Amino acid sequence: MTLTSIDWLLMFVYFAFVLGVGFTLKRYTRTSKDFFLAGRALPAWVCGLAFISANLGAQEIIGMAASGAKYGIATSHFYWIGAIPAMVFLGIFMMPYYYGSRARSVPEYLRLRFDEKTRGFNAISFALMTVFSSGISMYAMAKLLQILHIFDAPFRALGLPPTYLFHVSIVASAIIVLLYVFAGGLSSAIYNEVLQFFLIVAGFVPLVYLGLKDVGGWSGLRATLPTAMMHSWHGMARPETNPMGVDVFGVAMGLGFVLSFGYWCTDFLVVQRAMAADSMTAARRTPLIAAVPKSLFPFLVIMPGLIALAAHPTARATLQTTPGYAGAASISAETTTGAGLIPYKVSDTTGEIVRDQNGRPQLDYDLAVPVMLLHYFPAGLLGLGLTALLASFMSGMAGNVTAFNTVWTYDIYQAYIRPKAPDAHYLWMGRMATIFGIAASVATAYVAAQFNNIMDILQLVFAFVNAPLLATFLLGMFWKRTTGHGAFAGLLCGTAAAAVHHMSTLAEGAAPGIKGGLITVAHTYYSEMAQNFWTAIVAWTVCFVVTIAVSLATRPHPEDSLRGLVYSLTERPRDTAAAWYARPSVLAVGVLALTALLNVVFF
Amino acid sequence: MGLDIRVPIGLMFALLGVLLSGYGLVSDRAIYAKSLGINVNLGWGLVLLAFGIVMLLLARRR
Repeated sequence: MTLTSIDWLLMFVYFAFVLGVGFTLKRYTRTSKDFFLAGRALPAWVCGLAFISANLGAQEIIGMAASGAKYGIATSHFYWIGAIPAMVFLGIFMMPYYYGSRARSVPEYLRLRFDEKTRGFNAISFALMTVFSSGISMYAMAKLLQILHIFDAPFRALGLPPTYLFHVSIVASAIIVLLYVFAGGLSSAIYNEVLQFFLIVAGFVPLVYLGLKDVGGWSGLRATLPTAMMHSWHGMARPETNPMGVDVFGVAMGLGFVLSFGYWCTDFLVVQRAMAADSMTAARRTPLIAAVPKSLFPFLVIMPGLIALAAHPTARATLQTTPGYAGAASISAETTTGAGLIPYKVSDTTGEIVRDQNGRPQLDYDLAVPVMLLHYFPAGLLGLGLTALLASFMSGMAGNVTAFNTVWTYDIYQAYIRPKAPDAHYLWMGRMATIFGIAASVATAYVAAQFNNIMDILQLVFAFVNAPLLATFLLGMFWKRTTGHGAFAGLLCGTAAAAVHHMSTLAEGAAPGIKGGLITVAHTYYSEMAQNFWTAIVAWTVCFVVTIAVSLATRPHPEDSLRGLVYSLTERPRDTAAAWYARPSVLAVGVLALTALLNVVFF
Repeated sequence: MGLDIRVPIGLMFALLGVLLSGYGLVSDRAIYAKSLGINVNLGWGLVLLAFGIVMLLLARRR
């Protein structure tokens, strides 16, 4: 399996346009406001598409299909119970305070609403997290491309070992993202995210079309796959009767409320896109417009996983390596068996099939999308599909980078290192932050390649830091009595509670260690997912209770300092959109109705 | 912002569409065994071209 010139040509066109947009925008990027906030001048639909595109990194595309192959339609809970209600809540209830406060970032809102220490805690943990997660996704992508072996030909021609692909894909993607973010800042990242959004759709629609046609349509899927995989709520009454190992309460409270609201409503990576809108109404419409395609995305990103599992296993050999040309993670001949199109997981170090405790071979679910592309796409369309994969990777990375350079410059550099510099200095610092943020991500990718465990631990720590944050924002925005000391104490206790919960519980079949159970095993969950949901629930509850208790014991902020920041002290925003259908409230009702309908249809 | 994003999107998709459908016209039928015998390059290339043109028209109208 090699690429032909038409595939390379399509990829080249994409790269040329992405860089072209960046350099065109360079002319319009004169102040730090242009660079970090896109001049607050973008229309709602542009911000809305960038809003989902920034989240639509390679990990989302690869991970959702993997989860679809593993758990089935129930994966749609991440969308229809998780993301959509949270996005509606952000647009209707939270955006007025983010946008209305004129805060330039989420940590800066915390500074205005609470105090310096709450902002510092959030800014530093967020900045580190964006760098690490962008590094980890870089690593995952480079490794994936290496396993596919489709880019090997140029390396072979140059006489280089195929492992060089790992370095080249990391460095090349880093340089491209660096160039366009360096040149045009947030507007360049957002514009390219819109472009990437359409490209991802263009690459995945034919994949789902061909795949569905091949397995005999929806009825064919239903005939092939087990019933539990074809319904979103099947067996959810009890954790032991569904593939995810969770129950209704865990899904609704853990995923639907704490994790999803926590991510979509407080993560600056996405909120920054709405803050770039040209008016309050546009800012509120941003997540609502984003919610419409988002609610349909399961058909594009989860469906390939189901199809890959159901497809007839005739041509599974696409992933076989050329004899005598084995990379570090090459796939041995034994992988011609798997489930559907999905091959077995092969160990990096030994080259043998990975088996679970019962000796059953494990499927490499992350390969669901790539094997689908190789299986169904002829030369030409294959180039488009791979470009879509690269586009998703870059939009996710650019999202992290722009969020990082803003938080670094405004919330760390301007706040603690050089407070009173001229604007041009902060613009320069933003560009420098883009360079060292990307450099740090690249370094992280290599650390991840060396020590897989360290990255797992870091991700866990950040999950602990993030889980309680939602309680802080909800109390801060909707209860004027909340104080800075209360918020800070709540965050610390919530983080600690998350850590304690994780260390004293374990998922079935997992070994004590990074997966939990470090102190003791007080409770065993049916799955890791259930354990994560409950860690989030515990962290949120502890943060909520402690914040209230400490707030009541400390002196309240004077009401004058809270105008525009808290619900009861702020004038209700009025819908000023001209057309009735463009009003935030109408959009919200519409998208919620659509999501409810989807839940019923796939019940 | 001085640049209407619909222009680069329109141009890029029109170009991708022309390249893909053009390749669909000249390519060997045998490669479409993978895509269930459908000439997806030609069909999807025309869809991308149409999308690109619509984007450019929307940008012009303003």
